Parts: sequence; C-alpha cells; structure tokens
Amino acid sequence: MEEKKRYFHKESFLKPIWQENPLFVLVLGTCPALAVTKTFEASLGMGILFTFVLVFSNVIISALRKIIPDEVHIPCYIVVIATFVTITKMMTEAFLPELYSSLGVFLALLVVNCIVLGRAEAFANKNTVGDSLLDGLGNGVGFTLALCIIGLVREILGTGMLTLGNIFTFIQVNGEAIHLPILKAVDGSYDFSISLFSNPAGGFITLGVIMAIIAAVNNHKAAIAKAKALEEKKRQAALKAQQAQAAVGGDK
Amino acid sequence: MNYFVTFLLAIVSSFLVDNVVLSRFYGICSFVGVSNRVKSAASMGIAVTFVIVLAALVSWPIYVFILVPAELTFMDTIVYILVIASLVQVVGLVVKKFSPSLYKALGIYLPLITTNCAVLGVVQENTAKGASYAYAAADFGTAMANALGTSVGFLVVIVLMACIRTRLEAANTPKAFKGLPIALITAALMALAFMGFQGIGA
Repeated sequence: MEEKKRYFHKESFLKPIWQENPLFVLVLGTCPALAVTKTFEASLGMGILFTFVLVFSNVIISALRKIIPDEVHIPCYIVVIATFVTITKMMTEAFLPELYSSLGVFLALLVVNCIVLGRAEAFANKNTVGDSLLDGLGNGVGFTLALCIIGLVREILGTGMLTLGNIFTFIQVNGEAIHLPILKAVDGSYDFSISLFSNPAGGFITLGVIMAIIAAVNNHKAAIAKAKALEEKKRQAALKAQQAQAAVGGDK
Repeated sequence: MNYFVTFLLAIVSSFLVDNVVLSRFYGICSFVGVSNRVKSAASMGIAVTFVIVLAALVSWPIYVFILVPAELTFMDTIVYILVIASLVQVVGLVVKKFSPSLYKALGIYLPLITTNCAVLGVVQENTAKGASYAYAAADFGTAMANALGTSVGFLVVIVLMACIRTRLEAANTPKAFKGLPIALITAALMALAFMGFQGIGA
C-alpha cells in the first residue's frame, strides 16, 4: 500500500530505457529510426526533440486525463501532440536550422509517431503527472539511445568517419566540423567504408541485425536460466532422496 | 515536355524511384506490422490508397486557399492531422454504408490509417517549400501525381512483402533472426532492388 501513495516511481523511468526499449523491444517508431539515422548527430538531435515532445505531451495529457471525454480521446491527444510538435518545429527552425533541414518532414511526422500516441494511450491517461513525466523521460532516453546506436553504426560503416559539428554547429573547431577517422583516413590513404550503409537498404540491415543480436542474447539468457532451473531441480531431488535415505537409516 | 508526360513521370518517380516505404521510409510501422498475410496486407494497402488520395485532394486547396492567405502556414501540421482523422472517419462511414464486405475486410486497419505516417508525409511534402523535402510539389497536378504514385507504391510493396514473408515462414532461418529481423533484412534486399530504378525520369 505504501508503494501506491508515492508520487514518483523509479521503474517508470528505468524500465523503458532498455528492458522495454520502445524501438528494439516494442518495435515502435521505426520510421524515424530508419529515416534520420544516416548520421550520428541527426539521430541524437531527433532523439532530443522526440524526448521533448513526449515529455510535454505526456504531462499535459496526464493532467487532463479526467477532463478529456472518452469518446473523443484520440483526437484530443493528437491535437495536444500536434501542438508540441509545431512548437518544436518552430524552435528548431529558429535555433538549429541545420538540424531542421536534415530532419525534414520527419519532424512533422512526430505527430503520428506510434510511441508518442502509444504512451498517451497506454500510460499517461491512467497515471499521475509525475509518473507520466518520468515515463516520457524514460521512453525518450531509451529511444534516443536506440537511435544513437543505429546512427553510430550507420555513419561509421557508411562514411568511414564520425563527423561532429555539421548539425550542432557550436562544437565546431575553427569554424570547421570535426572528422574522426575510423575506417577512412581524412587524406584518403585508406578507406574501408561501405557506402551501402548510408543508403536506405543499410538502415533496414542495421536495424534487423541489431534486433537479431538482442534476440540471440535473450535466447542465450533464457537457455542458461532453463539449464540452471533444471540443475536446481536435480539438486533438490538428490537432496530429498538423501534425506529420505537418512531418515530410513535413522529408523533402523 | 507537355503537361501529361510530366504528370506520368511524377507518378513513376514517386512510385518506383523514391518508393514510399523503401526509400522515403514512410509507413514502416504498418509495413512491418501488417505484412504477415497477403490478404490483410492488400486490405491495408487499398485503405491507405483511398485515404492518401483523398487527403491530398482536400489538403492542397486548404493550404493554398485558406492557410496561405490567412498567414497560418505554421499551423499546417495540426490542420492536416485533423483533416486526415476526420477523412478516415468519413471513409469508414461511406465504406460501411455502400460495401459492408469491404468494410469487414478492412476491419481494424481503417482507424489505424490515421497514424500511418505515409498519409501525413505525402500531404506535408505536397505543400512544403524547401530543399529538405524530397518532393516540393509546384502545382496541384504534381501534388496529385505524388499522392497517386506514393499510394500505389505502398500497396505494391506491402503486398510483395507479404508474399515473401509467407514463403519465409517455411524457410529455415537462424533462431535469432526469426520473425522481425529477417523481415527487415528482406526489406533491405527489396530496397536494394528498388535502388536500381534510380535515374528514371530524372
């Protein structure tokens, strides 16, 4: 009972980050995950803007959850979400024009993002404002993390180097973006990049392989748990048999 | 080049060259989620085709004749999503009245279209001005060509994917790749194939 009275629950923040990651585990929001992850910076920017929209829409919808009539709840949610997307769009256009042009139409498409609407429907309309805030933050961080992983893999494999400062212009050095040569030298003396990963096909491959790796790890964990449970059962059975033997011996 | 040829080329380029799913990445959620069976994929594709064409037909005049003169272009996203949501409702009612069997076949896919990013994406592209958009339609004809090509592209690709996935179920895939991962790899191969269309009509 004590648990229920608390205003914030740590789990609502921690769970969506990895255990129930919106992209890798629940497979929601795949459109931006494939479209804007060509570069690491665009992925990070998209993640931050996504978190902003999700946190605010979650808080507002949770605060209005007793006022919104049940019959028209989806249109109400969509209007709330669209308002924050429009605010985000205008702010990004004004302050980070490079990010705005690299995200393109996918910034506006946050309105129909399955995660934002899904969290409103599945969480914010049943829980307190504080919990919804944490849930929004957790899902935002989880999604950002997932986008950044895909973005890193695709940028490094696709262009051979990690470029910082093209979109977040404030981290430029002497007015130029920083290039970190990983698979490709700046002067071009070696080049192991695979340009396929910059193409649409590369996005599908990256997401598919990452999901397969996660599935493989989970399968492995499940197999280990199963083996352990089996061993434990055997040990218990042996112990019981021993005890029975001892009891019989004691009787004699 | 006369107007008709331009129109046809615009359809081909939004259908094949910049395919909605495989190169512009709209509607991946429904592409991955509903492509388990050929029948449901076809129903979803047809419903989306309906709604995209209607939404493009309605939203272009709204943008040009209402939002631009009133200087409310920053409100476009909110207006479009409301238009799409109500269109989906209307389409649902009309289909229910005139073809109950089609309505049954579309089932739960009809309301889901509201949140299909292909619809909002096409509408946004049609009215957007700027280099960041793949298509910044210049006039009503191009906008409609984009809508037609995109929706047919969605229908074709989702049905193709469903056909491949029904075959994949019988295939002996590695355990970790079962289900979604192998579907994504398949989509990647399809995207590679569609890259071959690049350059047509350019």
